[in-house]
Amino acid sequence: MHEGSNRPTDNRPTENCPTEKRVCLSGTGVTKVFGAGSRKTVAVDHVDFSFNEGEMISIVGESGSGKTTLVKMLLGLTSVTDGDLYFMGKKRDIRTRRRKKAYWKGIQAIFQDPFSAYNIFKKIDSVLLDCVHMRGGRHLPHEEKIRMISEACGFVNLKYEELTNKYPFELSGGQMQRLMIARIFLLRPKILLADEPTSMIDACSRATILDMLMKLRAEEGMTIVFITHDLGLAYYVSDRLMIMEKGVIVEQGAADEVILNPQHPYTKQLLSDVPKLTEPW
Amino acid sequence: MKNIFKQAFHSPRFVIGFSIFACILLTMLIYPLLMPGNPLEMIGLGTFFRPGTYVSVYDALDADSRTIKLSDADDNRLAKAMSDADRISMMEWLAVAGVPAEDIDLRDTHGLISLWKKYYDPSVRPEGMTKAKRNYYERLNNRLVAVTRADTITMLSPDAETGEMEERGRVAKTDYVNVSDVTNVRRLPLGTDNFGRDMLKELVSACGTSLFIGLVAGGIATFIGLLLGLLAGYIGGLLDDFIMFFTNIFTVIPSFVILILISFSIDQSQRGALTTAVVIGLTSWVWTTRSVRAQVLSLRNRDHVNLSKLSGHSLSRIVLTDILPYIASYVVMAFILQISSGILAEAQLSLLGLGPKTTTTPTLGLMMNWAMLYSAHINGAWWAYYPVILTIALITFSLNLMNTGLDQVFNPQLRS
Ligand SMILES: Nc1ncnc2c1ncn2[C@@H]1O[C@H](COP(=O)(O)OP(=O)(O)O)[C@@H](O)[C@H]1O
Ligand SMILES: [Mg+2]
Repeated sequence: MHEGSNRPTDNRPTENCPTEKRVCLSGTGVTKVFGAGSRKTVAVDHVDFSFNEGEMISIVGESGSGKTTLVKMLLGLTSVTDGDLYFMGKKRDIRTRRRKKAYWKGIQAIFQDPFSAYNIFKKIDSVLLDCVHMRGGRHLPHEEKIRMISEACGFVNLKYEELTNKYPFELSGGQMQRLMIARIFLLRPKILLADEPTSMIDACSRATILDMLMKLRAEEGMTIVFITHDLGLAYYVSDRLMIMEKGVIVEQGAADEVILNPQHPYTKQLLSDVPKLTEPW
Repeated sequence: MKNIFKQAFHSPRFVIGFSIFACILLTMLIYPLLMPGNPLEMIGLGTFFRPGTYVSVYDALDADSRTIKLSDADDNRLAKAMSDADRISMMEWLAVAGVPAEDIDLRDTHGLISLWKKYYDPSVRPEGMTKAKRNYYERLNNRLVAVTRADTITMLSPDAETGEMEERGRVAKTDYVNVSDVTNVRRLPLGTDNFGRDMLKELVSACGTSLFIGLVAGGIATFIGLLLGLLAGYIGGLLDDFIMFFTNIFTVIPSFVILILISFSIDQSQRGALTTAVVIGLTSWVWTTRSVRAQVLSLRNRDHVNLSKLSGHSLSRIVLTDILPYIASYVVMAFILQISSGILAEAQLSLLGLGPKTTTTPTLGLMMNWAMLYSAHINGAWWAYYPVILTIALITFSLNLMNTGLDQVFNPQLRS
């Protein structure tokens, strides 16, 4: 059975030495409720999870299941209605701006829609320069900053000379999303939350983006939380899967287990939409 | 940003509005240079002089006169001496005297006069005619005879030493002077107002003051609206509730009522143009606040703001670079509308007598107020209010055109 899957198993360092696993981000009973009274929406409903260092975790669920809301809570961009979050073993505390900034040095994100993720009035250079500054490079000489930015652009196969002095809307969706990854490369956070990073861009760029995420994990040992609605894709890239339905995590476990031994009917339904997953291509 | 303003000039509406506005501004700047002096100087003794060119009679007598013989000169003089009512009365007399109606042409002055000379006889007493009417006919006849009788007028002036009257010169019916030879000629294109002030000069000056009031009021309203809208929208929470509480109160009570109350409570002597502008500005920020807040609310959850937060930017930097540029176009449009409504608010206030109390600078609203107080409309002095109304309309029209033009540029969906 295992031989049938064509997953890049070599990309999973954590599986080889499970004793070294350290929890970097976890949550218990995390809940988000929008609105009140009759218009109350429970977007995320008492979710428990824990992400280990260096792991690649996928959260899979159809649109509207609360994935983005969960990501925003993990990032500290929206308040948590109920539940506790733990970051690096300690209860997360981001009540002041200084602590928030420190937290965001450790956790970053790539958003779903690259076209709305950039400030259209700012040049690309400033986005990348901000990252250099956030990593404490504010007082570096200008040439050194440019060198770092060029290196980051090179990491995502973009040429800095072709990007400098351009506005985001002059790039294609794929280029914008790659630039987002260049940003992550510069920031080198512990955890990267990638919220459907490939759903809004063309199929050609999609594989490139995935490759780059894998490279980030392999080279930097980053923990990546990959959000997607595509179970096949999730299985292809990740060590662990979490299946989310209407704000509830209905099933989670090692990728192989979940795919080969689905317990929850919703997982089975999702699996039936990707029929050839466990068979050779 | 630069592109947007370049684009604005491709919108015909914006271009028309801008041109009108630029013309008004240019007139305001250039006219005082050509016609310096106090715009509120009372030059005319009397109210509401008709628009036109005023020639000094005194200087005309000294100017070089030329003889020009015009055949219709006398007829013109007669025509001027006869009103329409006079002509009808003359026709009545002629009818009584037995002239057939088809022979009389009311508009033919020459024919009417010759018939009149032939048939009028002061000794005749037509049956049923009152004494008053007969006296009227006599006076009319005397007047007509006087117009054409004297060929020359002799001018006398007292001798400086003896005080005896001396002949200074004679003016013949055929004497003409060139207007440009007359030393003192005053053009009053819009006549004078009730205080005998040059309307045009006053209007140009008032236009400037009113624009100043509009700018200050609009600036204050836009600034307050923007600030409160940004605070309420971006920071939210208790501050939002607090700001919206006040905004709602101001929305429910019409701002014009508040404006009247505030203006009324300020002492007259302290109500200058600036005070009025500030008061108008302080009462008209409500709608800007509401709409800025609404826009900020939808902006603050966008991903580019989230990304900015994740990049560690401070609140003020996010507001300035990630929120403001996105609403800048809207704020510019709101500002333009606020200027125009500020000018209108001043006009309304002044019309009620609550505008700036000033003896040094006129405003468009004050000019309307004066025209109304001195019953310009009853006196038929159209020049005392129509040009003012037209100016107010032109300014607000051009500002609104610019606004809709910009709207088309900023919201491409509106381009049809
Ligand atoms: N700001 C919000 N206000 C109210 N409801 C929201 C808001 N954001 C998301 N929701 C609701 O929460 C649910 C989950 O949304 P989301 O997290 O975006 O789902 P996903 O990312 O999985 O597609 C949806 O029903 C959505 O309507
Ligand atoms: Mg989503």
